[in-house]
Amino acid sequence: MNTVGLANQIVQGILIGGLYALFASGLSISVGVMRFVNIAHGDLIVLVSFLLLALTASLHLPLPLAIAVALPIAFVGGYLLQRYLFQRVLGKGILQIVLVTFGLSIIVENFLQGTFGADTQRISGGGIETATIPLPGGIGIGVLPLMIFLAAIVLIFALDRLLYTTQVGAHIRAVSDDVDAANLVGLSSPRIYAIAMGIVGVTVCISAAFMSVWQNFDPTSGPDRLLTAFEAVVLGGLGSLWGTLLGGIILGVAQAIGAQIDVSWQLLAGHLVFLVIFLIRPQGLFPRY
Amino acid sequence: MRSPRPTPRSVLIGRGILLIGAILLLAAPWITDANGLQIAADLLTMFVLAVMWNLLAGYADIVSIGQQAFVGIGAYAFYGFGVLGGVNPFVAILLAALTTLVAAIPSMAIVFRLRAAYLSVGTWVLAEVCMLGAGKLEAFGAGLGSSLPVSFAEYFGDTPAARSISAYWLALGLAIVAFVTTYLLMRSPTGIGLTAMRDDEEATATAGVNVLRARIICFLWTAPFLGLAGALITLQQLRVAPDLSFSLVDWTVYVIFIVVIGGVGSFEGPIIGTVVFFFIREYLQSWGVWHFIVLGIVSIGVILIEPRGLWGLLRRVIPEDLIPVSHRPPRSSDALP
Amino acid sequence: MSEPLLAVEGLTVVYGQFRALHGVDLHVDAGEIVSVIGANGAGKSSLLKAIVGYAHRAAGTISLDGTDLRGRSTAQIVKAGIALVPEGRRLFPSLTVEENLNIGRSVGRAGEVSLQTVFETFPMLADKRRQPARELSGGQQQMVALGRALLANPRLLLCDEISLGLAPVIVNTLYEIIPTLARRGIGLLIVEQDISRSLAVADRFYCLLEGSVTLTGRPAEVSRETVTRHYFGL
Repeated sequence: MNTVGLANQIVQGILIGGLYALFASGLSISVGVMRFVNIAHGDLIVLVSFLLLALTASLHLPLPLAIAVALPIAFVGGYLLQRYLFQRVLGKGILQIVLVTFGLSIIVENFLQGTFGADTQRISGGGIETATIPLPGGIGIGVLPLMIFLAAIVLIFALDRLLYTTQVGAHIRAVSDDVDAANLVGLSSPRIYAIAMGIVGVTVCISAAFMSVWQNFDPTSGPDRLLTAFEAVVLGGLGSLWGTLLGGIILGVAQAIGAQIDVSWQLLAGHLVFLVIFLIRPQGLFPRY
Repeated sequence: MRSPRPTPRSVLIGRGILLIGAILLLAAPWITDANGLQIAADLLTMFVLAVMWNLLAGYADIVSIGQQAFVGIGAYAFYGFGVLGGVNPFVAILLAALTTLVAAIPSMAIVFRLRAAYLSVGTWVLAEVCMLGAGKLEAFGAGLGSSLPVSFAEYFGDTPAARSISAYWLALGLAIVAFVTTYLLMRSPTGIGLTAMRDDEEATATAGVNVLRARIICFLWTAPFLGLAGALITLQQLRVAPDLSFSLVDWTVYVIFIVVIGGVGSFEGPIIGTVVFFFIREYLQSWGVWHFIVLGIVSIGVILIEPRGLWGLLRRVIPEDLIPVSHRPPRSSDALP
Repeated sequence: MSEPLLAVEGLTVVYGQFRALHGVDLHVDAGEIVSVIGANGAGKSSLLKAIVGYAHRAAGTISLDGTDLRGRSTAQIVKAGIALVPEGRRLFPSLTVEENLNIGRSVGRAGEVSLQTVFETFPMLADKRRQPARELSGGQQQMVALGRALLANPRLLLCDEISLGLAPVIVNTLYEIIPTLARRGIGLLIVEQDISRSLAVADRFYCLLEGSVTLTGRPAEVSRETVTRHYFGL
């Protein structure tokens, strides 16, 4: 294991943490606001990835245009999903929520498999996937990972601003503080939840856009994304978006080091690091609840 | 006022059907062929998984989507002790149960520190770790797994037909033991406390029922049974492999569908669910992935419309439980039943 | 006789097996201060929640200016001009004072009450405007809760136990504001356990016992013993 190779991997791992933070940002909102874990979260990211694939491959749209088309679809999709499905089981006990989101996960995975087949896919980024910026010391930073990391920072910053400077954000924070009080004074919590879920849809779309260029994906890729997002959220501390970024970085670095030992250790390393940190500090690094 | 009401006719009919089913199961080796016995053994194993998942999710408020971890641990332990260790195969089966129970204890450190839906995903993380870990074990064939040697399998019967009869008796035995003992658990003070908690959490807390202890007992209770199921599955499938022994789809997804459609939180539910599952699998299997979509949609529909499943629907016309787990007070009480 | 601002007729509210309100009739005119008194569990909170659309109405009508509010969501009812100061204040703890107040503005009607008005009415809140609500004292929180409701520019203001847990000095301040609101034409329905306080400020009152109205009238016309008798159901 040579030092330059290891250093490269760690830098890569940090940047990939940005991708995991993108995955996790949506989950963090639904966990922090609506207080539920959407088990289909990863599958929805994969669903949008396939949507982008269909737009770019079949309709031959350039990727940026495809993303622009997919963003409003993702917002509306999240809104409708919350308003007409999840809202009906919120507050009725965890069994129902877990079962509905789990059932949705299975439906999405199999729908994708039935429609697109089981092959792994990737969207071409026109060379950006392999471009690197050389740094002193023989370390190279991949352009795409760097973009992803910067996008994560921008997104988290934007979400932060949305939550703390806009009226919509105040409403979202109000219902996540005390949904009964919100209803009592005249806020419509179903509508606010739906908007929050729409925002989650936007983060899902952005995550999908980057993931589909950087990583291979297939209809069964959802669960791994969910588990990664979940671990990043828990590590960071429930309710903390910046904590989620840190959680993602920890996982990215753990996986990078694991991969250095042996490729088959990559996923396992991430999970083990999660378990160890969780046992030591179950409330996460920056808990708000 | 103390004389019991005559049991309603629908309840008697329901119990009669259950009794007939039980007799058929006992007579199966003489009624059907090796193929039928294999299907039956498979269903009985699924039934055991369903009873356990139902116990956790329907009574102990632990919605697990990681029980495939224990199934896999049981499978690998059975292979490890029996094939690699050369232990007597029947003893190996029991050791599989013991190993799974031992493995369950540290996992509680993770599971019981997470609440609600985070708990569910947490169980999934643990299961993933177990599956990935199993894939690293060279002695077990690493990622591809390995088959049961014929010499080992022959211990259960010289011919494939004889083996399927043995496998069937083992599965039936496990199903009966699992069902009866879990039923008795729910009729014990622990179980009554949990059922009462499910129906009225505040009252139970004030009555001093130790809910956490009851949930821990349930969690540990399921481990050996899941491990035994894992051992029997290995015997039925004649191999261990990470994606088989730790399969999310086979040992959790299908199980959840069975219990949800049949009826969570009742003892009739897993029975109905397993029967329905049999028919769905027979007739929808040819649809490929679309049968999952149907199962998923039906499950979500059930949850939204009648969360207590098919049994919940039947219960609207049948006035009593066929397999009562109601909160009758313990016999020492003077209260009216 | 003109239409009352709020008319409640035969209101029955049921929670599962428990009947919280049974055939309640009451009305509030514009500019009138009406008190509802009653012991714990008498149904006072259920009454206010039902008016604002938050409790399930099993029977009866609730009308604002003659229009039945049946079927409307709380959000719609607040937009129509009814605001609630909930029992226990129920501010949003992590939101600042200003953000809490602005919530009231965003759910209500257009009108003359502004943030400026609220800070003039409650001067001590002005320099706390950027503090999270959870850091305020009980009395200050009650002022914010009242301010939040006022910013919705309601025509009918419902106050649920605003004196609960507060020092008498603070309660005095709050109750000094009540008549000024009435003079501006707002109807007030005030629920209190503190009988003397609420009867001192009210034009009329209702006494609730176990979900039914047992006594109603003008405070000046009813003796103290009569009220106490009906309060406790003796």
